[in-house]
Amino acid sequence: MADLRSEFIGIKSPNPFWLASAPPTDKEYNVRRAFEAGWGGVVWKTLGSEGPPVVNVNGPRYGAIYGADRRLLGLNNIELITDRPLQTNLREIKAVKRDYPDRALIVSLMVPCDEESWKAILPLVEETGADGVELNFGCPHGMAERGMGSAVGQVPEYIEMVTRWCKQYTRMPVIVKLTPNITDIRRPAEAAKRGGADAVSLINTINSITSVDLDDFAPEPTIDGKGTHGGYCGPAVKPIALNMVAEIARSSETAGLPISGIGGVTTWRDAAEFMALGAGNVQVCTAAMTYGFKVVQEMISGLSDYMDRKGFASTSDLVGRAVPNVTDWQYLNLNYVTKAEINQDDCIKCGRCYAACEDTSHQAIAMSEDRVFTVKDEECVACNLCIDVCPVDCITMRKLDKGEVDPRTGRTVGDYANWTTHPNNPSANAAE
Amino acid sequence: MSNSQLTEGIVPGRLDPESYCTNFADHAPPLGAQEARIAADRCYFCHDAPCMEACPTSIDVPLFIRQISTGTPEAAARTIFEQNILGGMCARVCPTETLCEGACVRMDAEGEPVEIGALQRYATDTLMARQNHPFARASRTGKSVAVIGAGPAGLACAHRLAMKGHEVTIYDARAKPGGLNEYGIASYKAPGGFAQAEVAWLAQIGGITFVENWQLGRAGDGALSDLMADHDAVFLGVGLSGVNALRLDGEDKEGIRPATEFIAELRQASDLAKLPIGRDVVVIGGGMTAVDAAVQAKLLGALNVSLVYRRSRAEMPASTVEQEHALTHGVTIIENAAPIAIHGNGAVREIEFAYTRKGAEGLEMTDTGFRLKADQVFKAIGQTLGDTPPQVEVAGGKIKVDGAGRTSAERVWAGGDCTHAGEDLTVTAVAQGRDAAEDIHNFLMEG
Repeated sequence: MADLRSEFIGIKSPNPFWLASAPPTDKEYNVRRAFEAGWGGVVWKTLGSEGPPVVNVNGPRYGAIYGADRRLLGLNNIELITDRPLQTNLREIKAVKRDYPDRALIVSLMVPCDEESWKAILPLVEETGADGVELNFGCPHGMAERGMGSAVGQVPEYIEMVTRWCKQYTRMPVIVKLTPNITDIRRPAEAAKRGGADAVSLINTINSITSVDLDDFAPEPTIDGKGTHGGYCGPAVKPIALNMVAEIARSSETAGLPISGIGGVTTWRDAAEFMALGAGNVQVCTAAMTYGFKVVQEMISGLSDYMDRKGFASTSDLVGRAVPNVTDWQYLNLNYVTKAEINQDDCIKCGRCYAACEDTSHQAIAMSEDRVFTVKDEECVACNLCIDVCPVDCITMRKLDKGEVDPRTGRTVGDYANWTTHPNNPSANAAE
Repeated sequence: MSNSQLTEGIVPGRLDPESYCTNFADHAPPLGAQEARIAADRCYFCHDAPCMEACPTSIDVPLFIRQISTGTPEAAARTIFEQNILGGMCARVCPTETLCEGACVRMDAEGEPVEIGALQRYATDTLMARQNHPFARASRTGKSVAVIGAGPAGLACAHRLAMKGHEVTIYDARAKPGGLNEYGIASYKAPGGFAQAEVAWLAQIGGITFVENWQLGRAGDGALSDLMADHDAVFLGVGLSGVNALRLDGEDKEGIRPATEFIAELRQASDLAKLPIGRDVVVIGGGMTAVDAAVQAKLLGALNVSLVYRRSRAEMPASTVEQEHALTHGVTIIENAAPIAIHGNGAVREIEFAYTRKGAEGLEMTDTGFRLKADQVFKAIGQTLGDTPPQVEVAGGKIKVDGAGRTSAERVWAGGDCTHAGEDLTVTAVAQGRDAAEDIHNFLMEG
């Protein structure tokens, strides 16, 4: 059993799996259950300023999209920050932290964008004994209309300003949670860094409408015949989140800035991928909301097995390991040539590779009278679509060795060469 | 009268009344919406799908399953009915394990096919429950076609012709239309009067007139030449009305009868508790008729039912699934044994069998054998063509047809079990009836 203990910006937890600030972490009862189930840490659902709490809609607040067998692939929500009194939350946070001193307990915050508001709330949180704060600059619905959440997260100057206030008024570590609803995720990350943030966490949810009621002609979830955009999360957003994490991890401006990875983490493998791309730990919500808190146990055993297989002594051996391999398209090796190969023993002859290639790609798969599917190397551009659509994973890519001739182009496979030196590139550097 | 399973002889009421209801209920209950959705999700939407190839009527299986999975089972049903107007019955009686489901690529992947038959039933039941016929009849052509036999081939042919605007008269020798759907399949495969409901639904296309109790060539009914005079074309879907004999002395003893007769009688029985059945029943044969008779004998309360086939189980025309169905219902299957003598005074008492072996000249009897106690014996060793009109050439005991279903006689087509083409299955008959209709239509419209 590998050592999964994690230390993220000085905050210790028995494993790198935290529950993200969201409905599962809204109150003591849930958080205690989460810790009992094995979660390493919790980011308490976002607190607002003192005073009358926000209110939520009283109709449906979630919408979903599904895969086969009604597997939930994406979830969207129009829920706001906690709708319980501030003092209640603070009292419960204190009690939980007292009983679970070994777990990470972070408090998410969202107050109006003025210095006084932040100055007022930070000492109250500090008094609970919480390990840190996470600034919610991400929620794309409801609160953003009031100048908070993603309304702040979309303006790098605001991020920097608020982060600086927080660093000024508390000794607690400050994590800045970023919204993906921007054009370049590096800019808000840089702003957070300038403001003195100890870490960024991302992604928050993505603006979305999950579906439309085709009888009532209203977006879902529908409240009295109307709907609004909500925040999208779950397995479907993972690729977007991975890219944003990688962009920050590999940018020279933000390199080394600790990242808490969020976005569709459902299994140990998802978590390991985020960590390989630079996340020091991960936060989870939708998987727990879909299956309950017990899912963390698979994440723990899976990551542990993987680390044992790889001989990783601690999670830090994994963190960032794939970052050097994230590059720009222009640096990809154009002399790397592969060809699809179909394993005939494993092929079940469904013909989906054929349909995909014949109809939508390069007509590089032949189909015989008796349904034997073979790759035509002279047509195959190695696009990978056949592999992607194969239901039984019986297709692989074979790499052509240096010196082999690509039957498609007639060219001999040579050494590494990318677009920057390619003759078709008008701004190519002189080739060697 | 209080009979039990132990009562000797052929007697009714061996079971308590509730058992009949339970035993003859739908043996493969329909899928619910949730089950259908999950089952549909398993379809890979294969290219040029093997299941579609394996279906004699070429139903676009991936398309109809995708239509189910997107919440449009009635669109799915239309996809099915376009190819097979008896898609409802076929969903119930097709040996899917040897057809579409046998070809499903999931058999290769994990040995469990997509439940195509059950999904087809889900779609067709959904549409038929609304009683709205999905097709509209074309404008009238003024042409008229006689269809002989209201079985699957005749019904499919009649529907397609009527849809194309022709007037169709279906003549059938029995009291009810449906052919083997009504008289020839196990009761639990199509309970609830489905065969008649399907005929009524199918006839909603319009332009089809049913004439019952009318037999081709029977005095007072009519000959082929009479029909030729009254109609522009004739389709023969007369099926197989004869049965093969055991060719043993004593075959006329009491208690021995064709399995088809028993199955038909059972299907028409208004009260199964009044239907007599033997205590020790022996079924001779290895096809679906044999299995249907054996299982239903057991369900009626027979104490011992043995199904004896002259070749090995692997060679039985009944599929493995059918055989397992029989075994799980308590039927004993004895392979490689053929009947050689019938014993009994007046009524059958025992059947004597010899074990067989494969010899150079085919099957040979060995010297070793056994006797089975039997108060009732069902013969299910194949059916034969009945009398056919002299104008129509018969070869190898079946009506000779070309690929389009044309017989040797001008303006006469044929399809279904009475022809040599294809397997003797409901779905094959439907395909042949449909295709003949297309050819008849082309012929009539050229003229």
